[in-house]
Amino acid sequence: MASFWQNLADQFYQSFIEAERWKRYLEGIRISFMVTLGALVIGIILGILVAVIRTLHDQKKGSDRSPLLNILNKFCEFYTTVIRGTPMMVQLLIMGFVVFRTSRNLVGVAILSLGINSGAYTAEIIRSGIMSIDPGQMEAGRSLGMDYITVMKDIIIPQAIKNILPALGNELITLFKDTSLVTVIGLTDLTKAAQQIQAKTYQAFMPYNGIAIMYLLVVLVLTRLLAVLENRLRQSDRR
Amino acid sequence: MSTMINNGSAGPAAADGENSEVLIRVENLVKSFGDHVVLNGISQEIRRGEKVVIIGPSGSGKSTFLRCLNLLEEPTSGKIYFGGIDLTDKNTDINAVRRKMGMVFQHFNLFPNMTVQRNITLAPVRTGFMKQEEADEKAIELLKRVDLLDKADAYPSSLSGGQKQRIAIVRAMAMNPDMMLFDEPTSALDPEMVGEVLEVMKELAEFGMTMAVVTHEMGFAREVGTRVLFVDEGIVKEENTPDEFFSHPQNPRLQDFLSKVL
Repeated sequence: MASFWQNLADQFYQSFIEAERWKRYLEGIRISFMVTLGALVIGIILGILVAVIRTLHDQKKGSDRSPLLNILNKFCEFYTTVIRGTPMMVQLLIMGFVVFRTSRNLVGVAILSLGINSGAYTAEIIRSGIMSIDPGQMEAGRSLGMDYITVMKDIIIPQAIKNILPALGNELITLFKDTSLVTVIGLTDLTKAAQQIQAKTYQAFMPYNGIAIMYLLVVLVLTRLLAVLENRLRQSDRR
Repeated sequence: MSTMINNGSAGPAAADGENSEVLIRVENLVKSFGDHVVLNGISQEIRRGEKVVIIGPSGSGKSTFLRCLNLLEEPTSGKIYFGGIDLTDKNTDINAVRRKMGMVFQHFNLFPNMTVQRNITLAPVRTGFMKQEEADEKAIELLKRVDLLDKADAYPSSLSGGQKQRIAIVRAMAMNPDMMLFDEPTSALDPEMVGEVLEVMKELAEFGMTMAVVTHEMGFAREVGTRVLFVDEGIVKEENTPDEFFSHPQNPRLQDFLSKVL
């Protein structure tokens, strides 16, 4: 029995403490955070753009649509279809080894790939949020002489975001966990750090269970933060 | 209250609008949704200072008619002129026209994500009509008029229906419109709140605002209206001064309608 515990302690020592390996996990987490944050920003911007274009297209009747709107809408449909219809990892491989094969900026490639991927899902979430808002809000805004974009930006989107915050939170968490896929393009994120340490120590138990716990802890913190945010945004609903 | 209206051309004296300029001209307005014809050729003129009250059974097209006036509904055919500008012309800047036409909705449609004050100042500021400080001053002044100054920093969800509708009227007034459209402004209110909203509308009327009001409040039509239209089956079946309209209705459909609602 004693040797079992001794063995575990040795593994822990080798996996986390020896040669200051804990620093490599921290560095890995930092990279994972950077990729998540960057991809989140790109995803939300793309998501809003695509959602607004598709909503605008759906709201207008055939004859009122400008040719430009039709083209943009087709492009948006193409984008969501392709992104949602292919695996994230394949998208990463294409971005890393085909599109940007000469780039050394792996963080940039990872952010762009995950951002473009997230945008397709975020767009559908935001679209459902926009559709959940009473059409009277748009009418009231337009009746005051504000243009479509202004009403969207100041009135519809803020309310839509509030309604879809739980779904967006899910997307954020998925995004964070999906950063583990960037190991395939050679970026040293948290998962890659664990793989490298396993290669050095020939031990899998501690590194992989260790990062599982780390991912879980981050997700728990994110969930908590989202709950706080949701509460604050609900301020205007209080009676 | 008089400061609520800045285009001073129409004071109380010109309130019935007999000889003032034509503000809105509607020519043979048709609106259909698919196969369903809602408006079947309406031609009307509304002069500055007039208070036109539109009544009719539900589904008669009276709300659709009102919503066509600021192009919330696009007419299927026909022309609408506002101050000489053809609204149905694709090149008309409809946003600029709407700034001069306030609208009040049955369900208030206040913006729930902002305070009362910001509800009022948003459009004047975003359209470049006023600076934020000017708009804030204007909002405070208007809120005083409707006795809701203490609600400036409240969110709409904390207001009663009557308060919401008074704020909605103030919000429209903040753009200094030439005309106000009211789409069943009291229909969603609890009975005891109808009075406070009608009171604000009456004050607006007294100070010469041009108004088109779709309503079921016959008392309001009789007291405030300068002309009453009866819309049924997509056309104006009868129009008259309130006195004649209510005491000597001609059209049998109108007689029937009045016998049910009065």
